[in-house]
Amino acid sequence: MSIDTAPTVSATALDATSGAATRRDILHRLLMTLGPILAALVIAGCILLAVGVDPLAYYGYVLEKGLFSPLGIQQTLTRMAPLLFLAAGLIVAFRAGMWNLGGDGQFLLGAVTAAASAPVFVQLMPAWLALICSFLIAAVVAMIWSLVPALLRAYQGVNEIITTLMMTFLGTSLANVLVKLVFRDPGTTVPQTRTLPVEDRLPRLFDTTITSGLLLGLAAIIIVHLVMTRTAFGLKLRIVGANPRAAVHAGLGVPGLTIAVFAISAGLAGLAGAVDIIGVQGNVRADWNPAYGLAVIPAVFLARMNGFAAIGFVFLLSVLSIGGESAARRLGVPNHFTLVLVSIVLIVLALAEYIDHRYNQSRKA
Amino acid sequence: MTGLFSEVFLSALLFGAVTAALPLLLAGLGEQMSEKAGVLNIGIEGMMLAGAYLGFVGAFYSGSLWLGFLTGAAGGVAVALIMALLCVRIGLNQIVIGIALTLGLEGLTALLHHFQFSRSYPRLPAADATVIPLLSDIPVIGPAFFKHHLIVYLAVALVFGMGYLYRRTQLGLNLQAAGDKPAALDVAGIDVIKTRTIAVLTTGALAGLGGAYLANVGAGLFIPFITNGAGFLGIVLAMLARGRPVWVLFGALLFGVCLSLTTAMQVAGINIPTDVIQMLPFLAVMIMLVLFGRRASLPAALGIPYERGAR
Repeated sequence: MSIDTAPTVSATALDATSGAATRRDILHRLLMTLGPILAALVIAGCILLAVGVDPLAYYGYVLEKGLFSPLGIQQTLTRMAPLLFLAAGLIVAFRAGMWNLGGDGQFLLGAVTAAASAPVFVQLMPAWLALICSFLIAAVVAMIWSLVPALLRAYQGVNEIITTLMMTFLGTSLANVLVKLVFRDPGTTVPQTRTLPVEDRLPRLFDTTITSGLLLGLAAIIIVHLVMTRTAFGLKLRIVGANPRAAVHAGLGVPGLTIAVFAISAGLAGLAGAVDIIGVQGNVRADWNPAYGLAVIPAVFLARMNGFAAIGFVFLLSVLSIGGESAARRLGVPNHFTLVLVSIVLIVLALAEYIDHRYNQSRKA
Repeated sequence: MTGLFSEVFLSALLFGAVTAALPLLLAGLGEQMSEKAGVLNIGIEGMMLAGAYLGFVGAFYSGSLWLGFLTGAAGGVAVALIMALLCVRIGLNQIVIGIALTLGLEGLTALLHHFQFSRSYPRLPAADATVIPLLSDIPVIGPAFFKHHLIVYLAVALVFGMGYLYRRTQLGLNLQAAGDKPAALDVAGIDVIKTRTIAVLTTGALAGLGGAYLANVGAGLFIPFITNGAGFLGIVLAMLARGRPVWVLFGALLFGVCLSLTTAMQVAGINIPTDVIQMLPFLAVMIMLVLFGRRASLPAALGIPYERGAR
């Protein structure tokens, strides 16, 4: 069986080895990414004009806050930490052909678990050990949350899109119930969990406000990328993704692998929640749901499930969301415009990839 | 407990259940058609929001609820047109485009609402009910099921219309084939792209109508993110219904009862956080999936764009 032809196997610019070709590939990739983004900005700008906002001022603020101001870029890099973990989890699932659309529920439960456990652990043990324990327990809770969809898919063949969506609705409500009833900080009037003191949170990098969670996130996504592309385990998962029936005939234990995929994917989503809480927020407020998962899913697709490309897209998402929040505040536009911008960027990028693909095909023919 | 289960309370509960179920029913029926034809329509949440916003705008400025339903359906179709163009005609990834459309419409409708209505939050007057004679005189059931807006009865009739369409008509069989074996449909001389486009546009119309009902009759106003996952519930209903419209109706009613129960318990002053009650419908579905999930089947070509001659 030839695995090399499986559609999920990556053949990206960054994996290539020869010098000159690589440079041209990277240039091409860059062009194919920046061009569509520019086009998307123009389209979104027309919407801004229509509602009477100066698009140039808006984008100026987005770039200033999201990319060029020292404080802004630090916030952008900090925002990347949870997104990278989420993207890493999705890469595992999507490469193995499983649609884990339940990232938001897993994320929130991981976040609540970390928020509830970290303040307790820091009183019992050294801070570094406490944080590690919180991370682990957050990952485990998220894994358990994915067990029902995993078992249903593995042994009953139930479509995981429905089950993970259901579990994400359930998880969001459960996270709220936990915050309001179980882990509520008695010292505050607004329902929220106990706040982890700043000195006990993940250390910041050097003299900046960037969380060291960024490094953890980068490590997670690179490890996931290497495991999926360079190891026997990753190959097995990709075979399951490319053709589950062939995988059965090749003697792979598909049910076991399915459960492993869900566990890894959900575990990473749980870690995303933990890194956001332990690194940045410090507590979970009731009804807090940043819904990162929904924006990361298309980004991972556009990155063709390549870890390195996903880092780029996550960076782009972070710039847009941090910059967009600031621009919206300054210009009196509701922050919802960021959603519109992200959506147009995603669609135009998908469209550009299609045009590029067609162009390459016609050149070959 | 006597207060909770009094006759008036019970019929109000059921009335609310029907009102809450209708958008889900329309979304589920729409999604079902897309899925039958092989398109996983994750953009349905965006279509509902477009329908809710434009439906409200139409009804608010014209003063006619029916015109509102029309503009709502048109809004859904407009979004579906983008989906059909990108995912059916040129075959882009349905999940990427679907999620992107949902995100975009969430943002766009919230943005437009901010500039138009966020100062005044206008409301529509309560919708006129069509009272069905005799049946509406039955205690409890009468006021609950037979005093709704005319469109509710039409939607229920549509369930049976859909059943007829899928079983007895050429178009119904074409839709089924477009999802199960598109290549065979193509060989039979039927345009797969056109068949799927019809399905996606119909989904848009139904989802838009559902959104418009939600805003105009259910709530009487438009607020950002008003659909609150109703489109995703529609996807779930369609998948659970295994291609049978009647099951979408039952599923929608089940969700409707749970949603209505949430409001009712708050009114009755029962001290359970709404989050717990909100979990009920999803819990019910998960239990159903655990018990009966094995038999859920989806069209073979679901989510795969059709390209003639491709392997």
